[in-house]
Amino acid sequence: MKLEIGVGAFIVLGFACALALAFASTDARGRLGGESYRLNARSSNLGELKLRAPVKIAGVKIGEVAAITLDPVAHDAVVTLNISRVAGDLSSDSSASIFTAGLLGERYVAIAPGGDVDALADGDEIIYTQSAIVLENLIGKYMFGNAKSPDAAAKPAPAPATPEEK
Amino acid sequence: MRESIANLGRLGLFGLQILANLTPQRGSFADLMRQLYVVGARSVPIVAFGGAFVGLVMSLQGYRTLSTFGASNALGTLLGLSLYRELGPVLAALLFCGRAGSSMAAELGLMRTTDQITALAMMAIDPVRKAVVPRFLAGVIAMPILTAVFCAFAILGGYVQAVWVLGLDPGHYWSALQGSVSLGEDYAQAFVKSAVFGAVLSLISTYAGYHAPPTIEGTSRATTDAVVQGSLMILFLDFLLSALFY
Repeated sequence: MKLEIGVGAFIVLGFACALALAFASTDARGRLGGESYRLNARSSNLGELKLRAPVKIAGVKIGEVAAITLDPVAHDAVVTLNISRVAGDLSSDSSASIFTAGLLGERYVAIAPGGDVDALADGDEIIYTQSAIVLENLIGKYMFGNAKSPDAAAKPAPAPATPEEK
Repeated sequence: MRESIANLGRLGLFGLQILANLTPQRGSFADLMRQLYVVGARSVPIVAFGGAFVGLVMSLQGYRTLSTFGASNALGTLLGLSLYRELGPVLAALLFCGRAGSSMAAELGLMRTTDQITALAMMAIDPVRKAVVPRFLAGVIAMPILTAVFCAFAILGGYVQAVWVLGLDPGHYWSALQGSVSLGEDYAQAFVKSAVFGAVLSLISTYAGYHAPPTIEGTSRATTDAVVQGSLMILFLDFLLSALFY
């Protein structure tokens, strides 16, 4: 009798631990969502945006990045977003931007709602997008942007080390 | 060299013999329950305490290092990922090997020395089916359960150290943990790893015990071999599985 109680308690303890761990220490809650629909967005530079990066409106997570592909004709990045129905209707002039969480954190997609009466449906494309801000571009603008100021005429402009990006 | 290759071959054939005898028979469930108690239920205290102390010390050391980068809020990430990916399955398997693996090898070695295995064979009972298969199955079933217990106590120990002793914010601890551990990639694969470790450990321990020379020295050498070879095999397989998964 003691044997069966021991084994039963052992198995119950194991499953209780496994279940508690699954909900308390993994992202299981985040994955159990309701219905969702897909939207596309094009961007000229994604930065370090990864798959399953969050999509936020007003700072609240309402979806994830489902797929990232390259358009071989226009050489734009096409990002597919999974938007939860909890977010309601997004007007067709909503804009999507790629921001960074914190100073050097991971990239996420922020959607700013617009004012149009038409709503985006499953499979539509978000037209207004803003690419990620890349640190090297900022540094390049700072270094070579000085060449246009009047002080630069007095001292020679620094020799460009790499061709400036678009 | 040829001897060790032959040994490896014998080990593989023994494993096949165990697998061939896996079909349930009358009385095999009672044997399995008994072995689950001996191998699994009685390993819970050592695994739980080991997990709690691993969580405590990892939290302590991790906090010291992370706070030099100002990233002490990532302690939950450090603890969760290292536990699920590596430390949980490996340390639970090593503890299991030391406790249950050695006891399996010693029991089977003693059965061999006191001629109980010969007696079973003379009664037309397959000794592998009667003595080895329940231990093997108990090891395979108990190992993932023990890994879950280990990880649970380690995370709790990490929480105690981080929040009650070091003063980290509990919200940061849990949110970092939950945000970084993936259910499918990290959590599930910890259990896959531990099931593989359980199977290999049980195979090595029962092989060492069953094929021990029927002397006192033979039994003690079998116990030592089971623990040493089992531990090395766990570390090797851990590297192999990690390379496969990641």
